[in-house]
Amino acid sequence: MTTTEIEALIRDGMPGSRVEVIDEVGDGNHFRAVVVSPGFAGKGRVERHQMVYAALKGAMADRIHALSIQTYTPEEGERA
Amino acid sequence: MAREIMKEIHDEIAKNKVLVYMKGTPSFPMCGFSAAVVEALRDTGYPFAHVNILEDQEKREGIKAFSNWPTIPQIYVDGKFVGGCDILRELHASGELQQMLDKAFAGSGESAKA
Repeated sequence: MTTTEIEALIRDGMPGSRVEVIDEVGDGNHFRAVVVSPGFAGKGRVERHQMVYAALKGAMADRIHALSIQTYTPEEGERA
Repeated sequence: MAREIMKEIHDEIAKNKVLVYMKGTPSFPMCGFSAAVVEALRDTGYPFAHVNILEDQEKREGIKAFSNWPTIPQIYVDGKFVGGCDILRELHASGELQQMLDKAFAGSGESAKA
């Protein structure tokens, strides 16, 4: 998968979110995603990550080997 | 009798205070993320059990459904799903992992190695 494809999936699945995906190793297999969304407010780490995984609609099963995820609300994002 | 994989998973999570589903074993982790999780857990000084999902394909898929979490490793403390490698690293860096295990082992006679 490409970084743009992953970004699009997350944006479609989480309207109103800001997403940046980086191919960490340059092999199209190890990605890092930074997601800023108001939808994370009041949610713990596990729930936030599950929201991102849900947006990826199963791509984690066979098309993305490794995805490191960082999640922030807009307020947290400013401080990050 | 067909294997009741979800019950098997539930029981082993309930039976172990700290359990990590990983690729390989603590002494021979077979993936960087699993190795990082083992390091973080070892750093707390507390004992932990592991399941090598490379030896059990059915459990490898079962555990993903069990917690609605698509990746390995997965860490459970006191029967609760704590997260994967990313979250465990964050908890370890912030000191929350140590506090979580201090609490989980409090009063169980097992203390962290000094």
